[in-house]
Amino acid sequence: MKASHAERAAAFASDVPHARWHDTALWFVRVKRDRAAASVPEWERLRDTASGIKAHTLSRLADYLEEFEANARKNGIQVHWARDGAEHNRIVGEILERRGVKLVAKSKSMLTEECGLNPYLEARGIEVVDTDLGERIVQLAGEPPSHIVMPAIHRKKEEIGELFHEKLGTPAGLSDPKTLTEAARQHLRRKFLGAQAGLTGVNFAIAETGGIVVVTNEGNADMGTSLPPLHVASMGVEKVIPRARDLGVFLRVLARSATGQPVSTYTTHFHGPIRGGEMHVVVVDNGRSDILARENFRRSLSCIRCGACLNTCPVYRRSGGYSYSYLIPGPIGSVLGAQRDARAHGSLPFASSLCGSCSDVCPVKIDLHHELLALREDIAARGILPFGKRVAMRFGSFVLRHPALYRAAGRAARFVLRAFPSAARLGPGGAWARQRELPAAPPRSFRDLFRAASREERP
Amino acid sequence: MPRVGLFIPCYVDQFYPEVGLATYRILRRLGAEVEFPEDQTCCGQPMYNSGCAEDARPLAERFLRVFAGYDHVVAPSGSCVSMVRLHFRDLLGDRADLRDVAARTYELCEYLVDVAGIRHVDGEFQGKVGLHRSCHGLRELRLGRSSERMDPPLDKAGRLLSQMRGLELVALERPDECCGFGGTFAVNEEAVSCLMGKDRIADHEKAGAEVIAGYDMSCLMHLDGLLRRERKPIRVMHVAQILEKASLAP
Repeated sequence: MKASHAERAAAFASDVPHARWHDTALWFVRVKRDRAAASVPEWERLRDTASGIKAHTLSRLADYLEEFEANARKNGIQVHWARDGAEHNRIVGEILERRGVKLVAKSKSMLTEECGLNPYLEARGIEVVDTDLGERIVQLAGEPPSHIVMPAIHRKKEEIGELFHEKLGTPAGLSDPKTLTEAARQHLRRKFLGAQAGLTGVNFAIAETGGIVVVTNEGNADMGTSLPPLHVASMGVEKVIPRARDLGVFLRVLARSATGQPVSTYTTHFHGPIRGGEMHVVVVDNGRSDILARENFRRSLSCIRCGACLNTCPVYRRSGGYSYSYLIPGPIGSVLGAQRDARAHGSLPFASSLCGSCSDVCPVKIDLHHELLALREDIAARGILPFGKRVAMRFGSFVLRHPALYRAAGRAARFVLRAFPSAARLGPGGAWARQRELPAAPPRSFRDLFRAASREERP
Repeated sequence: MPRVGLFIPCYVDQFYPEVGLATYRILRRLGAEVEFPEDQTCCGQPMYNSGCAEDARPLAERFLRVFAGYDHVVAPSGSCVSMVRLHFRDLLGDRADLRDVAARTYELCEYLVDVAGIRHVDGEFQGKVGLHRSCHGLRELRLGRSSERMDPPLDKAGRLLSQMRGLELVALERPDECCGFGGTFAVNEEAVSCLMGKDRIADHEKAGAEVIAGYDMSCLMHLDGLLRRERKPIRVMHVAQILEKASLAP
């Protein structure tokens, strides 16, 4: 079993200045989001509408997917269906190999990360260049993204200067963001010109029109798909929306929630291949139908991957993306990861104080903190809660069911706290007392004092 | 005269009896007939939040038995009330006896504002106070508007406190970020929990708060533990302790 979230988070948080820097960087984005959301008087209605459209779509997902497929084919788009990540990779690999592709320009797609597409293609001699700046940074560093919208948010500009010096041959000691971006731009320009295919993700697939929409800030999806004659887009089944007009809801909440921008810099509608070219859409299930089948968790499929729940999460901000065992971090990643594999990701639903900020910030109103709570129950029901916790809860419940026992236990606990404070630091008291004082225990409980007080005050 | 069942959360009973007494006195001064049913223990939230629904369920059942028949049930805790009002349903299903008790269970501030209709607070408290808006009261019970939402402004606890003469409510940079208590989270995720708490304290310090006030002693117990360890001159107080001597009028 992998290290728990708590262990990895403790390692991240032990470098307090760095953890605070990470917290501040992400809080800045949260504040920008607040300002952008406040600028829309009907913000809460937009959230309700977005949530309603998603709920409706999920209730007849198969129908909308078939409608999308039929209309996409009319547009000259080839549609493929992949049951899981392996099938997705095989389909993409075959499309590329059939045309002898050796270099592909890929824009941001968490789905291809989920499927492990890059290593699959690289093993077949195909070079994949991630063209989103943040993605390129983590790709050069040999790391997965630590955030779904800002993949390299965990790296300071000085570290990126060092990485570019090592990988791209820029002068040593660069840290000016503009200079670094320009260096990446020059480097990526050569890749764009040489790529024989463009891979993209999909933000929205429109059933009514059979087209897809891809949103970026850097125009890299447009560069990657405009030059080469081959475009392969990968989408999860949940990306379909019924009508083109629904975009008017989702595009308004997406960029505001993600980065606090009123709208993303590039919103590109693909409704067919470029002249003389080919366009493919690979529709991937990879476990999503299982989530759809679970009524309590279905709504997590509404996610539009804005990342707002990461930015607002006080735990994510102080524990970093790599403290989460699943590739999507933060509240939404904990919900998706624990559903995918409760054993491997069993600590993730507990990586939350259940503050509920994620649920309130979510533009499609996924009840994230309550889903985390429901997943805790799911994990306990599977019998994979840590033994100590299970016993403590069973014991606590027993004591609390018997008022006399509860009173005695309370009196004993307060006595120990007063008389033997160091003994109180054994067990869970130890984790409490490492950085905090235990509460000062009064000699008498409320119920002891109550009788006297109520006698005095009663008329 | 309403008959009020006083619901004192287990950790308040054991560690903060003065908060229970302050709550009792406030309710008495409203003219309520206040009873403390001695068979109460705990609402079961620690078990429920740990995923142990089977261990929480009998405690929820017991709560319904103990608090049946009161006109209102009032507790000085947003978190425990949200457990009763919103989460007992997950444990017990949609039952008539639960609907009945859940609909009449209130956190103290919302009881004062929504049920007793208190609009005027006349009392004195000298000092700069930072209000810690604990998450469950804020985002489950909606005692106020959370900073994420774009609804009309609302702040029940703040409205009560700010009327106290001499009390200055300080403005925080992050008005409602979680303090990191989170029940068993405080121990399971000790490192992040404590960092969250320290950051919260720093925000109050920067705003010049002399007192951190709140409607949940659990969060304040965590913050107080950090404050005392670092020997910082900030005190924590429950809202009930500040309002205890004020006269409250509709």
